[in-house]
Amino acid sequence: MFRFRLDGSSGVPPYLQLVHQVRQALLLGYLQEGDRLPTVKDVAADLVINPNTVVKAYRQLEHEGLAGGRPGQGTFITATSSPVPSQTQQDLRASLEAWLRAAEEAGMSDETVTALIAAARHDMRKERV
Amino acid sequence: MAEYDAAGSVPALRTDRLGRRYGKIWGLRECTLEVPAGAVAALVGPNGAGKTTLLEMVIGLLEPTEGRVSVFGESSRANTAGSLARVGYVAQDHPLYRDFTVADMLHLGRAMNPGWEQKLAAARIDALGIPAQRKVRHLSGGQRAQVSLTMALAKRAPLLVLDEPLASLDPVARLEFMRDVMAAAADAALTFLISSHVVSELERYCDWLIVLADGHVQLAGPADDLLGAHRLLTVPRATPDAELPGTVIDRADSDRHSTVLLRADAVQLAVQGHAGWQADPVSFEQLVMGYLQRPSAAATTGNPAPAAPRPGPSPKAVTR
Repeated sequence: MFRFRLDGSSGVPPYLQLVHQVRQALLLGYLQEGDRLPTVKDVAADLVINPNTVVKAYRQLEHEGLAGGRPGQGTFITATSSPVPSQTQQDLRASLEAWLRAAEEAGMSDETVTALIAAARHDMRKERV
Repeated sequence: MAEYDAAGSVPALRTDRLGRRYGKIWGLRECTLEVPAGAVAALVGPNGAGKTTLLEMVIGLLEPTEGRVSVFGESSRANTAGSLARVGYVAQDHPLYRDFTVADMLHLGRAMNPGWEQKLAAARIDALGIPAQRKVRHLSGGQRAQVSLTMALAKRAPLLVLDEPLASLDPVARLEFMRDVMAAAADAALTFLISSHVVSELERYCDWLIVLADGHVQLAGPADDLLGAHRLLTVPRATPDAELPGTVIDRADSDRHSTVLLRADAVQLAVQGHAGWQADPVSFEQLVMGYLQRPSAAATTGNPAPAAPRPGPSPKAVTR
């Protein structure tokens, strides 16, 4: 059975942390179509978090088409693997690698690269709000 | 946005301009709020803010001076059987009869509560590994807390009020206690109202937030919505409050810049494009502390209760 974890100091809302973990586990193949996710009560007791947080995470996963509830049985993984087609993923990775090489040639440290990505993502989120 | 019992259009708790006066001093005034069924609500505020006054009126121990309390749509009157049966109460420091055994406590609960679930109570005590024949005086603080919670759960009341349940517990006992509260919330769709000073821990437990200070509600609503409606804004020091896109809740000035807790909607923040300004999401603890440190003269805009004159000095810090 899949087990969630919670990072109290990350600043990411708990429900989003749960959603991210399922997405990541799907990408890495730790979760596959047909797998049952733990019940809301089990996650709430295991992580000692509000059950409504778990409900919210599962709703979000359903909304993204990654999981679906079966009445009386629980919540199951419905996506085959990554919601992004593998060709798209490969293309994105290739352009990211090219960008990372350019950053390295420009003399950027790993830390600066990470900070720049975080800042760019932060600004994109802000525009969307 | 929040996930609550769809059938729960009747709130688990509703107070309407609730007030209680002790002699000439109001312990709580103009308290208007709602907690939906299925929520786990945090009640925070400094000592003397009116938390215990509010809780005692909710559980029917104290008669309001003005206004109304209703639990699941029914008006609570102090010391009536109906009011007492609808609310389970876990008191601060978990007072139990020290010379009673755990089994005696459960018998007492059974005798005093018509809806008592003896099986549930006995099974819980057993699962916790607490010897039923042990006297209360010989239990650890964590075990006493668990017996208190068991008594409240076995009463089968749909609303459970926990007054500072974590204050006397060590970190492990806290976690085990809250684990059972979270499981109960998931299992039986109970509604919890929990007062606490442990602000940093509340975020993971609670989806509803009520901040009290000076006997008045400062902030009340779904935690996610309240977090979304606030930002931490970093601006140049000289920027006056009036130029900021929202209501200033708290402001800390340093030599060159100021950090401002701002209540603002998305539209207000989207149009601000000042160079050197930065808006960051606010954490649960920052939000609560910002309201508790807020100067008492500031208007309480955006609250369900109309702002009333508030005497007395502002709370400088919350006791932990």
